[in-house]
Amino acid sequence: MSHWIILPIVLPAFVAPFIVLAARHHVPIQRVLSLASVLTLVALSAGLAWQVSDGSVLNYRLGDWAAPFGIVIVGDRLSTLMILLTSTLALFVLLYAVGSGWDARGKHFHALFQFQLMGILGAFLTGDLFNLFVFFEILLIASYGLMIHGGGDARLKAGTQYVLYNLIGSTLFLFALGSIYAETGTLNMADLADRVALIGPEGTVGIRVAAVLLILVFAIKAALAPLHFWLPASYAEAPGPVAALFAVMTKVGAYAIIRVYTMIFPPGLEATAGLHTLWLPPLAVISLAVGMIGVLAARRVDRLVAYSVVGSMGTVMIAISLFSPEGIAAALYYMVHSTFAAAILFLISDLVRTGRGGVRLDAAPPMAGGALTAALFFAGAVAMTGLPPLSGFLGKLLVLDASRSSPWAVWIWAVILSSSLVAVLGFARAGSMLFWKAHDETVPVPEEENPVAPAPLAFVAVGGLIAALVLHTAFAGPIHGYMTDLSADLFGAEAYRETVLDGIGKMIVPDEEG
Amino acid sequence: MELLVALIVGVLTAGGIYLVLRFRTFPVILGMSLLTYAVNVFLFSSGRLTIGAPPILSDDVTLYTDPLPQALVLTAIVISFGMTAVAVMIALGAYLGSDDDRIDDTPQDREGTS
Repeated sequence: MSHWIILPIVLPAFVAPFIVLAARHHVPIQRVLSLASVLTLVALSAGLAWQVSDGSVLNYRLGDWAAPFGIVIVGDRLSTLMILLTSTLALFVLLYAVGSGWDARGKHFHALFQFQLMGILGAFLTGDLFNLFVFFEILLIASYGLMIHGGGDARLKAGTQYVLYNLIGSTLFLFALGSIYAETGTLNMADLADRVALIGPEGTVGIRVAAVLLILVFAIKAALAPLHFWLPASYAEAPGPVAALFAVMTKVGAYAIIRVYTMIFPPGLEATAGLHTLWLPPLAVISLAVGMIGVLAARRVDRLVAYSVVGSMGTVMIAISLFSPEGIAAALYYMVHSTFAAAILFLISDLVRTGRGGVRLDAAPPMAGGALTAALFFAGAVAMTGLPPLSGFLGKLLVLDASRSSPWAVWIWAVILSSSLVAVLGFARAGSMLFWKAHDETVPVPEEENPVAPAPLAFVAVGGLIAALVLHTAFAGPIHGYMTDLSADLFGAEAYRETVLDGIGKMIVPDEEG
Repeated sequence: MELLVALIVGVLTAGGIYLVLRFRTFPVILGMSLLTYAVNVFLFSSGRLTIGAPPILSDDVTLYTDPLPQALVLTAIVISFGMTAVAVMIALGAYLGSDDDRIDDTPQDREGTS
């Protein structure tokens, strides 16, 4: 049993309190510690992804208690891919936060950032449903702090909505877990998969209710319509780098849906037959439409980007809702792409806010550092709307290709293609208003000087994310091949279940002395 | 016994949902607390209701009560308690900042500059 797999959770869990206790008044020391931690996380995730790339599964028994009695941390190709995505994103977001000075605008940014990473990485790695709930709470409570970092009335107000919405989500999660435990007597994912498969056609009411409650919870996290209302306001009001990190949080919901609904409640299962295959595709299509209409209607850059996140999650969920290996592979490819694309756009909307002193889409004088910001916005918009040559185009092609045999194919094709056009219009309108109308003669010249241009490090961070997207496009062949292999393993998940349940560990032995 | 517990969970949940839909911070937080009470009782009963049986292995006992839901409830109580405290603090900050305790989106929010 190798101990490396627990390190992505333990490391931020130690760095965060150390930052609070030892370096609370020294921002430079916090920055060094935080960056060192994230760099180590990137290396660790890459190493773990390399280790499982042959299809093996890493299993870590906490306290050496054998599953299903103890909690297990499991690393397979899907979860290591997700932690690599998270830590890479975190690295650039942290660089931006340092470069733009966001981390010094309030206390404890770096500590909360590390706790947030701990929660996200833990959610991807755990093999136990109740432990997934605990990691959800860790990432949420850190995100509450990050969300209102820097203060401000509008942000606090959006923060209240965000917190209360997520509290309701957590309560639903507990109800779902209670029903699952009452029906099966276990919460270990691999064990659940075995036991749910044994439930006969009679007496499936409880487990069907549990499956629906659980997908509701994950749909809230993944911002699936009609449960997406929390997202636009909270992501738009959150500080730029925090919103960029939140781009991966919706993916936690998508990951959980992929994991639970391919392994525990696979589409062919009798007890829950037809539940998610009936409801998910139309809702995913509606989310995509809602998101892209929101892009067209937005009157502020940050809202525009937030709605484009709803739309891109719609595309991801369309691909997932096909519940076929090709669909999941396409979903994963598009998910990596949309995480980076959304992060780029949130960071750029923060650059616009710094440069113009506001985010409203109306005519204003040219901003400081406008040319570079405009170029980056152009790249980000191309990526998000799915125009060639960046990976959004390839991702949408893969989704369209995978959905060919679906009964919803007509709807999926129509909405993906027309919503792309709507998104292009929305982004083109925003870009021309922000960067071209600035040079109109009618725009009044302000009395005071323009706000200062952002620091070079901020641009480096955005550039790094764009470079990641370019790599994602250039190596699309091998990456998609890897994801196809991975998705084929997800259905049934024999390797995962064998590794978890056959692991030998401590068992309960009756005490000799009584 | 089962009927009593089911009624408690049902009534607490119904009350909680009613309060949450009031869209003002104080009732919503009260409603959230009711919902967490409901879910705690629900979790507790998910291991079946057994009276007077020990939750731990011992030699001369054959009837046990399931100890796992009790551990789950303990975790859930701690987490929901902390979360409620955070929610109260943030809601208080928002109320003091904007002099308004509504939590749904108002038009000036959508149009706000910031």
